[in-house]
Amino acid sequence: MKLQEKLIFEKSRPGRTGYEVPTTTAKPIDPAAYFGKFYRKDIPEFPELSEPEVIRHFVNLSKLNYSIDEGLYPLGSCTMKYNPKINEKVAAMEGFCAAHPYWPERQVQGCMRIIKELEEMLCEITGMSAFSLQPAAGAHGELTGMLMVKAYHDSRGENRDIVLIPDSAHGTNPSSAHICGLHVVQIASNERGGLNIEDLGKNLSPKVAALMITNPSTLGLFEEEIGTIAKMLHDVGAQLYMDGANMNALLGKVRPGDFGVDVLHINLHKTFSTPHGGGGPGAGPVGVAGHLEKFRPVPIVEEAPGGTLRFNVNRLDSIGKVKGFFGNFGIIVRAYTYILNMGPEGLKAIAETAVLNANYLRVKLKPRFNLPYDRICMHEVVFDDKRQAPKGVSTLNIAKRLMDYGFHPPTIYFPLIVGGALMIEPTESEPLEELDRFIATMNTIADEAETNPDLVKNAPYTTPVLKLDEARAARTPVLRWKPAAK
Amino acid sequence: MNYPQDRRYTPEHEWISVTAGVGTMGITDFAQRELGDMVLVDLPKVGMRLEAHQSIGTIESVKAVSDVYSPVSGEVIEINEELGKAPEKLNQDPHGAAWLIKIKVSSPVELEKLMTSDQYEDYIQQKGAH
Amino acid sequence: MRYIPLTENEKRLMLDGIGVTSIDDLFESIPSQLRFKRPLQVAGPMSELDVDRHMAKLAGMNQLSCLSFVGAGAYQHHIPAHIPQLATRSEFSTAYTPYQPEISQGTLQSVFEYQTLICELTGLDIANASLYDGATATAEAMLMANRSNSRKTFIIPKTVHPEYRLVCRTYAKNLGFNLIEVGFTDDGTTDMKAAADQAGDDLSAIIIQSPNFFGCIENWEEASSLAKARGAFSVAVTTEPLSLALIKSPGEYGCDLAVGEAQSFGVPVSFGGPALGYMAALTKHVRNMPGRLVGETIDKNGKRGYVLTLATREQHIRREKATSNICTNEGLCALMATIYLSTLGKRGLRDLAGLNLSLAVHARAALQSSRKLKLRFNGVGFNEFVVDVGMDARKAHERLQNEGIIAGLPLGDLYPELSTCLLLCFTEMVRREDIDCLVHELEAL
Repeated sequence: MKLQEKLIFEKSRPGRTGYEVPTTTAKPIDPAAYFGKFYRKDIPEFPELSEPEVIRHFVNLSKLNYSIDEGLYPLGSCTMKYNPKINEKVAAMEGFCAAHPYWPERQVQGCMRIIKELEEMLCEITGMSAFSLQPAAGAHGELTGMLMVKAYHDSRGENRDIVLIPDSAHGTNPSSAHICGLHVVQIASNERGGLNIEDLGKNLSPKVAALMITNPSTLGLFEEEIGTIAKMLHDVGAQLYMDGANMNALLGKVRPGDFGVDVLHINLHKTFSTPHGGGGPGAGPVGVAGHLEKFRPVPIVEEAPGGTLRFNVNRLDSIGKVKGFFGNFGIIVRAYTYILNMGPEGLKAIAETAVLNANYLRVKLKPRFNLPYDRICMHEVVFDDKRQAPKGVSTLNIAKRLMDYGFHPPTIYFPLIVGGALMIEPTESEPLEELDRFIATMNTIADEAETNPDLVKNAPYTTPVLKLDEARAARTPVLRWKPAAK
Repeated sequence: MNYPQDRRYTPEHEWISVTAGVGTMGITDFAQRELGDMVLVDLPKVGMRLEAHQSIGTIESVKAVSDVYSPVSGEVIEINEELGKAPEKLNQDPHGAAWLIKIKVSSPVELEKLMTSDQYEDYIQQKGAH
Repeated sequence: MRYIPLTENEKRLMLDGIGVTSIDDLFESIPSQLRFKRPLQVAGPMSELDVDRHMAKLAGMNQLSCLSFVGAGAYQHHIPAHIPQLATRSEFSTAYTPYQPEISQGTLQSVFEYQTLICELTGLDIANASLYDGATATAEAMLMANRSNSRKTFIIPKTVHPEYRLVCRTYAKNLGFNLIEVGFTDDGTTDMKAAADQAGDDLSAIIIQSPNFFGCIENWEEASSLAKARGAFSVAVTTEPLSLALIKSPGEYGCDLAVGEAQSFGVPVSFGGPALGYMAALTKHVRNMPGRLVGETIDKNGKRGYVLTLATREQHIRREKATSNICTNEGLCALMATIYLSTLGKRGLRDLAGLNLSLAVHARAALQSSRKLKLRFNGVGFNEFVVDVGMDARKAHERLQNEGIIAGLPLGDLYPELSTCLLLCFTEMVRREDIDCLVHELEAL
């Protein structure tokens, strides 16, 4: 196995090609003459390789990655579960992947049917009244949701420009609110890891547009006071936004729509098994309560008399479009397939098993690692490095050492309210042996931290590259390849 | 690390030493260790008028961004151009060569409100220095 | 439950280990009155074969057996067989964002290669790791210009893709931005004189798409000198980046930013998404870029490697002060584009662009020779153009559907003044005979 791969540009040899254009009987046109002053003579550094070389390059590159199909990938808040292969087969069906978004509606009824039905399924699963599948990612869903909240208040002649966000929130929450022209006020957490109700009360005012809460929180804890919180907000005319990134813990057990949530986003690439793709694409559908329905992005798929589906773009109160066309359909169709695979009992089993696995890790790791919030958790559990710190071993060191044992590390240094956080989310996909192997490995690392801290501090040793100089990358950024000066 | 006695310290981990009405300021060793490897220093322009506790710029490490505040009121008379090219100096010599700016101090009495080196060492100890 | 390994026995053992008696004990933090007590009413569970059959039936409800001449922001190009095969490899597709560089060099290096390819294509210095799509990339460009110069007026002509303009309007809604949509001239390009008249001291950016929505090539040079004169950003947009293989790049014309859609490069149209938003810029704008950036560095043995860099722009550090809220991007689509561009390479891409051009020119000529049909705009184009069919274009479009032809996009809903016009697109997926058939049917209307 190769541990390093040259850049594709460095393998290029003049004259090679990996593609031949199809033949045509159309008269060839000389682009130079045709385009005149617009004509471009060359794309200087584009590579030239044959097809087998391209294949080898990317296969070799792929081997430098760790992936969920290799083993446990316990990244907290990312829900790295198994991505069923039938989803990929379905998304690649020509009927779906060749369908053009501007084809006449009668020709794309299959796609429209899936959009409509997935909206309905998500309504049932979350208890919300309506969905929009247009947002392309979680943060995009946050933006869409907050735009609807703003539009709702505006429609009532209320100028509300403050959004309350717990200190444990994902960084995208404040960032998304900011693009909606809202000002962020941070709300503290209490000693149990929940929202500090008193602090919330102090900050409520007629200027508050919404609270953006993550439930279960990034500590992996269900917000026990969620009913009270919803009432407090509604009493002052504010909305409850829920970041549903952690929806995996709730499937079939409790529905956000039933505990007073007005708007939420979920991540199809987390809860509904679509692959993360090394960073995307995802999809961040947004669900709303009845009073927000009319603000959803256009177009909306609706049933015409006779049962055919059509797009409705004429909705006066809509916030408009948030993305080109209709959202990430290729992701939507995977999530739809997944739900059919699982069914009602399967969905509930996901939540139950994910929570069981997280609690198993919590109990088994607790003897050696500090657990700042020592409670039954939901789908993820947060430890820190307090027990290892006296030996100079940090969360980062533990994370890097895990790689030597063939694991992807957990999410680290998040949430910010736990110093040196190690946030572990096993998901429902893991066999018991893999959980036990992880526990044994963590215990070994805890031993090493005691007896040979330098071993842990200098990890990893076995990865394709060792500790990389991030300061160098940021001080003098090299963001593209350039040929050596001739 | 030993925090020099010849200067005063702020709760935001800046230091300032004043000679003949000119203050030299920087960030403390504690601050540079907390932030980690520095990658960018963004400083104000010479001539800028400052109020005490006003943000004068930001410093960025690989994983954090921090505002820097002026310990006193006055006017910026010089900035440390070297840091633009070599931000890592902030990690190497925060109390010396990696000073940030020089200020013509307009209200020397403000210095009295700042911490001495002993007080600052107590302060960072309480912060749960690890 | 084929995706959940635990057996009942194992669950029992684990519950014992945890010290609770039932799974429900683990959900005790959910107040009982809030718990969901009935079974969910969704379809399934289905075996894999049943799912496969069910989905094939739904896919079959989409009618593919037609000749399609639709582009308009989503382009049907040939995708070499190895691209989906490589991109669906588990190692790429089931990895997360490369936060741990030591075990993510495959993703990181391919993104670095992608960034380089986008820089080369656009003639600019830096490119990010991707954005959602062309429409949101355009909106991000607008936000980026505003962050940089604090100005709030944007010129975004009617020749920019209508969906891109709508998305920009949505993003701008609460930020007090003023979006000016200038019109177009008879050659189908932006009325630059009107743009110049509207460009005041508050101009943040001028956003010009080329080839524009009508398929006509715009004058980025004029746009960027106008922007320079006002101290504003010039933003170049493309929806069909294959054109850049033969047309001078935004960088050559002095643009600050290039954004757009790169779905053309090996990504299926998939009913409009996932697509591939790209963004490239001059180096001086690097700290203002939204999205992830991959940079080169070395490991502790001096070996070359790649990391996510300049992360302090991002929301997990800067929260509401971040350069953007984007976190998840379109990584796998960027990988497809990287493989695609590497495969076609310098020559293949230009040859393919040349073929698209030849087919479009053939179509133009054939349509022009007809008495009934005429080209609506006489500007230079690439693989798309607007034809006036001399009747309600929606009706014409419907009639051709009955012949199994999708005659582009009728423009009346988007541009009432073009209600007799169709926007037609010609990629390598149509053959000369298909074009002749289209022209014949249009003439026969």
